[in-house]
Amino acid sequence: MADGSREPATILPLELRGVGFEAGGIPLIKDLTCTLERGPITAVIGPNGAGKSLFLRLCHGLIQPTSGTVHWGGAPDNPVNRQAMVFQRPVMLRRSVVANIEHVLAARKIPRSERAPRIEEVLERTGLARFATQSARTLSFGEQQKLAIARAWVLKPDVLFLDEPTASLDPAATHWIEELVLSIHDGGTRIVMTTHDLGQARRLAREILFMFRGRLLEHSEAEPFFDKPRNDLAEAYIAGEPLWWRHGETGTLKRQKPKFRNPTR
Amino acid sequence: MHDFGNAFLTALEMIVRLDADLVEIVGLSLAVNLSAVAISAVIGFPLGAALALFRFPGRTFATVLVNALMGLPPVVVGLVVYIMLSRAGPFGVFNLLFTPGAMIVAQVILITPIIASLTRQSVEDLWIEYEEHLRSIGAGRRFTVMTLLWDARFSLTTALLAGFGRAAAEVGAVMIVGGNIDHVTRVMTTAIALEVSKGDLALALGLGLILLVLSLGVNAAVYLVRGRARYRAAA
Repeated sequence: MADGSREPATILPLELRGVGFEAGGIPLIKDLTCTLERGPITAVIGPNGAGKSLFLRLCHGLIQPTSGTVHWGGAPDNPVNRQAMVFQRPVMLRRSVVANIEHVLAARKIPRSERAPRIEEVLERTGLARFATQSARTLSFGEQQKLAIARAWVLKPDVLFLDEPTASLDPAATHWIEELVLSIHDGGTRIVMTTHDLGQARRLAREILFMFRGRLLEHSEAEPFFDKPRNDLAEAYIAGEPLWWRHGETGTLKRQKPKFRNPTR
Repeated sequence: MHDFGNAFLTALEMIVRLDADLVEIVGLSLAVNLSAVAISAVIGFPLGAALALFRFPGRTFATVLVNALMGLPPVVVGLVVYIMLSRAGPFGVFNLLFTPGAMIVAQVILITPIIASLTRQSVEDLWIEYEEHLRSIGAGRRFTVMTLLWDARFSLTTALLAGFGRAAAEVGAVMIVGGNIDHVTRVMTTAIALEVSKGDLALALGLGLILLVLSLGVNAAVYLVRGRARYRAAA
């Protein structure tokens, strides 16, 4: 997909400065500051409720921060048209696979003459060609996730946000999606993804954002993060410890760790 | 019961030999009803979608109003349209009174709220599911409306059928604005009312049978077409 038609400028870097987001008076994202440059795949990790999906939605512009700014450094115009997002539960339009892909091209006002070759290419590369005329809603969940990625990929985005793209998928489908993600990355698209699968984060990402209760606690390269995280909560998370019993927004105030009774004894 | 049996047989005989008066009345009825449904769909689909999607001052009032208008009394609509289209009325220059055009106008006023209201509900439900995806791909307002209307197409056929049902069963408004003039504005429902008042139960019963069969036929056809299309789209 990395062909000569890509515009030379990129909308990156993405700069978030003191970003906060509240819903119903409850702060869900707190004072989040980070910069995402061109380059590696970024994995946003953290326990449930950390704010990972909200982070992606703030970056993508689906929700507006209640404080702070989200700024695309290289965007000459509307940055929404240069990025795409795949949701954890992909929305399948009530149409065929091909029509689903064509729909996003039509939304972006891509000329009809350009649509067919782009659709054909993305169908081949995602292995969906044999389902082209099938109703999208009859595909398996794994195939639907592929279609969702194909729909985003066909837009040739500068940045692609993936919200837990392999949640609920079996190992084979997960492997397939990971290969697809790497292929898209190799094509020059910057990928920012959330995941609960630490193995996947190790395999794909070169940059890690660790979030906990709406705060970004660590932003570092993947290798040192997994070898020796700077944040003790991140260390506990990697070790598989439950974090819900930690007090405070940064989890530094510890209560006595609850004792678990092994029911098999 | 004997009279009813005779009337029923006479009605069947008129249907089988395609009685000229019967055919004319049925043809005009279908033309008026289907025209009214088509015009109401053109108005009601986007109106319902707009009420579902767009935020504007008075939206709640407009929604409640459209819902309330579903229960408009046909004779009141007929009376208002009569006044509007009469020679002294604001639209008297169009000379529509006592023409099929006036009957279509009255039916459009009756049907549009039904189609708009049912469309609003269908589109609103679909919008909950599609919103993030459509906003994510940067879909504009018009594109969003067209997408939702297309993907709600199977639900919207129910709105069309409800509109057709109301049009086909309607007698009060078309009687007032059409005048039930023979060979001009006589449709099935007004003809049935007239023939019953004259005591010609055969024609009235024949028309009634055809009205029932047509209504059943249209619903069955739409159901089958929708079922096949829905199966193919797995929607």
